[in-house]
Amino acid sequence: MNFETTIGLEVHVELKTNSKIFSPSPVQYGVDPNLNTNVIDWGYPGVLPSTNKGVVKSGIMAALALHAEVEKHPHFDRKNYFYPDNPKAYQITQKDTPDAHDGWIEIEVDGKKKKIGIEEMHIEEDAGKNTHGNKFSYVDLNRQGTPLIEIVSKPDIASPDEAYAYLEALRERILFTGISDVKMEEGSMRVDVNVSIRPYGQKEFGTKVELKNLNSFNYVRKGLAYEEKRQQRVIMAGGEIQQETRRFDETTGKTVLMRVKEGADDYRYFPEPDLPALDITDAWINEINDSMPEMPASRRQRYVNDFGLKDYDAMVLTQTKEMADFFDAMIKLGADPKMASNYLQVNVNAYLNDEQKDLSETEITPENLATMIKLIEDGTISSKMAKKVFKGITEGKEPKKFVEDNGMVQLSDPAQLQPIIDEVLSNNPQSVEDFHNGKDRAIGFLVGQIMKQTRGKANPQVVNKLLMASINK
Amino acid sequence: MDYLGKDIFSIHESLVNGDITAEELTRQTIENAKKNDEDINAFVVFDEENAIKQAQEIDKAGIDPDNVLSGIPVAMKDNMLTKGVLTSAGSKMLSNFKPIIDGTAVAKMKEAGTINIGKTNMDEFAMGGSTETSFHGKTKNPWNLDKVPGGSSGGAAAAVAAGDVLVSLGSDTGGSIRQPASFNGIVGMKPTYGRVSRWGLIAFASSLDQIGPLTRTVKDNAVVLNAIAGKDEHDMTSSNKEVPDFTANIDKGVKGMKIALPKEYLGEGVDKDVQDAILAAADKYRELGATVEEVSLPNSKYGVAAYYIIAPSEASSNLQRFDGIRYGYRAQDAKNLEELYVKSRSQGFGDEVKRRIMVGTYSLSAGFFDAYFKKAAEVRTLIIDDFKKVFQDYDVILTPTAPTPAYSLKDEKDPITMYMNDILTIPVNMAGLPGMSVPAGFSDGLPIGMQLIGKPFDESTLYQAAYAFEQNTDFHKQDPKMGGAQ
Repeated sequence: MNFETTIGLEVHVELKTNSKIFSPSPVQYGVDPNLNTNVIDWGYPGVLPSTNKGVVKSGIMAALALHAEVEKHPHFDRKNYFYPDNPKAYQITQKDTPDAHDGWIEIEVDGKKKKIGIEEMHIEEDAGKNTHGNKFSYVDLNRQGTPLIEIVSKPDIASPDEAYAYLEALRERILFTGISDVKMEEGSMRVDVNVSIRPYGQKEFGTKVELKNLNSFNYVRKGLAYEEKRQQRVIMAGGEIQQETRRFDETTGKTVLMRVKEGADDYRYFPEPDLPALDITDAWINEINDSMPEMPASRRQRYVNDFGLKDYDAMVLTQTKEMADFFDAMIKLGADPKMASNYLQVNVNAYLNDEQKDLSETEITPENLATMIKLIEDGTISSKMAKKVFKGITEGKEPKKFVEDNGMVQLSDPAQLQPIIDEVLSNNPQSVEDFHNGKDRAIGFLVGQIMKQTRGKANPQVVNKLLMASINK
Repeated sequence: MDYLGKDIFSIHESLVNGDITAEELTRQTIENAKKNDEDINAFVVFDEENAIKQAQEIDKAGIDPDNVLSGIPVAMKDNMLTKGVLTSAGSKMLSNFKPIIDGTAVAKMKEAGTINIGKTNMDEFAMGGSTETSFHGKTKNPWNLDKVPGGSSGGAAAAVAAGDVLVSLGSDTGGSIRQPASFNGIVGMKPTYGRVSRWGLIAFASSLDQIGPLTRTVKDNAVVLNAIAGKDEHDMTSSNKEVPDFTANIDKGVKGMKIALPKEYLGEGVDKDVQDAILAAADKYRELGATVEEVSLPNSKYGVAAYYIIAPSEASSNLQRFDGIRYGYRAQDAKNLEELYVKSRSQGFGDEVKRRIMVGTYSLSAGFFDAYFKKAAEVRTLIIDDFKKVFQDYDVILTPTAPTPAYSLKDEKDPITMYMNDILTIPVNMAGLPGMSVPAGFSDGLPIGMQLIGKPFDESTLYQAAYAFEQNTDFHKQDPKMGGAQ
């Protein structure tokens, strides 16, 4: 029997707004428990939520990035449940009127392109965190009220590889909007997975199983691959799939039963009466649309088609929005695309790795790097000198001034170089003879001598040209 | 100080003239209120220390002759957050709760120079119409100590009627300001939903709750609403509609005013004396130059049924935060989390609150939501449309506030009969309209109130109509006897 797999992904993305979704407390981590909280976050009697407009804007940006239809009059709903990390005993979310619906993103697996539908996306608040000690349990509400967007895919994903590609595409699109860091390892992106299989040709979906503890894209892929096979085995053996939640075990690569679902939880959803429905105007959507950053896929296409970069290079340059923006800024300043790409991928990335920094945390600017590339192009400095200049750039130095201050200007004037060449030739008759006897290596030696005379400042290309002309005279 | 026969303006004059200092006034006010409370139990707690300190500060700065509220002692309902002062919402659940913030209305009253002397008794979490469900004992009606003061703002109304204070703030979800005002022969205003910020009001039903003033006179009421109305960034449901001076047109009379008399509000279940008082009020208005005509509000009769789904539904969610984890009552003998929830809530809430939590939880449950909550929301729309239609042709709607005068404390009460007592006030909350109760008669020595209902954000016209009536009648000039009928 052959099976087809149906995968649905629910992705929670944490927004990096300054303040929380319904309170003015800052969104910030690594501070003492309950420091970033106020009466609203505590669910204090008599307090009311106020919607952070920045969160609504982020929601619209995410919708536009995922080609989704923006809801014009969304309201919030209450999802009721008791838990100590949920101080109001309800979560403010959107059920009836999600922020946006019916979007899609394109993925590519094994060279084949496919559109994956997005059912809906809604904005909601995160809960706090419980920790359990010996005698007591502790509640930290710093995370309470952190804004989240939940993005629910349509059941269009048919394989673990497609799930992986979907997550990659989703992550980079959200990343480029700038609304979230989308880092799974830091919890700013979380993935819930539903997976079912059915024999080819069967109309109804199979019973779905929920997978938890998938803390990286790779684990999602591995967990799904294991689960696909497990479900096949169960069905082939005449068994039935139960509606259950399973945990992915990172060490064994297997999924383990956590609990069997018995009936749906009743969250008693109803419209949040403390928050009036929002009125999202076309004018506002258009304004946001006009200011949306260009998405990575489109940039890659542009880099390959317009600048002749290789696919791989375009991919590396669009790993982060900072890098892609930096590259675009350099091109705008007139830098040669291939050289700019090369310097960013080699020198800049090496520097970032060594320093363990993000591009934005360094002194490197597109202006300075573009200037350096121009100095190389017009022969003012050699690529060897460029290494020193780049070090200067990382210290915030302006390249032209740095070159002058350090007497690094390349000697390219034939009138100045010719006498030095003549002198080196007359001092090294043996090498000249060797050259004429077919020993090309002799040229290297002679160039080295000229460089030594000029303390490395001679422009190698000019030296080569003049030397060949002189020696063949 | 006994405020019978007085108003804000007369006390203000005494303060400005130096006949009495704010401190003296405050001390005497508290003394008198404490004495009266031996009979009526209108207060949950007095805040003597802060009140006197505040009065001294006002004396030091000098009474502001341009601000009639400067130095006036007031009282706050026990569900309104008062910094450092017990705010229990009449419940065991919050019997130890002293908030760290003032609510917006409380803060605005403080800014206006009034002095809060204490918190007034109420039905637990404002759920009730008789102030009998309070954890702090029953409040009695100053007109007859065997009668209920109404509710849920029963303490607030009794305190004003007894002459404890000139002003108290109450909250009204289905009639909780207007009905006790009616039972106590005073003036009570439930403003338009969104007129006064709900920040710092312990929520009962968020889409219906509204804070408003209870006073001895119409003009006092308008002055207080001036002080507390307006947009608040803490409450997104508060309106940014401009707040007019509610006293500006108060004495313009009712000549040419069009008043509607909905027949459904004078029908079966409404006492004969109450009907007569309202018909007499209608005649009074005609005499003063208004047109009064019978109209129909056919869907109002569904108001109670729909209200007792929507309000408990919202309440069931709003009251979930009282779980024994962070503040308020916590059961001591719980062995695990679930037990802590169940025991704290079972022990901390009274019967009426539990009843409404159960009704609300049921109404919102999957499978029942459409038949109950959703249907009730649709009924709400019909009620709103009814009012809209009438207000196309009329300025004000005149009805009784309650079907009966204050009833006996001793009567056995079943919940349904109690709920039906709100039948005339509930539609106003459902439609979010302003409504006020004004003294309009007596029945066996007990006050009868008439209700005036206005267009959204048109409290000014209500005050204008109420003032004209008050100035041409003597009902508000009578004082309670503070005695039992026995």
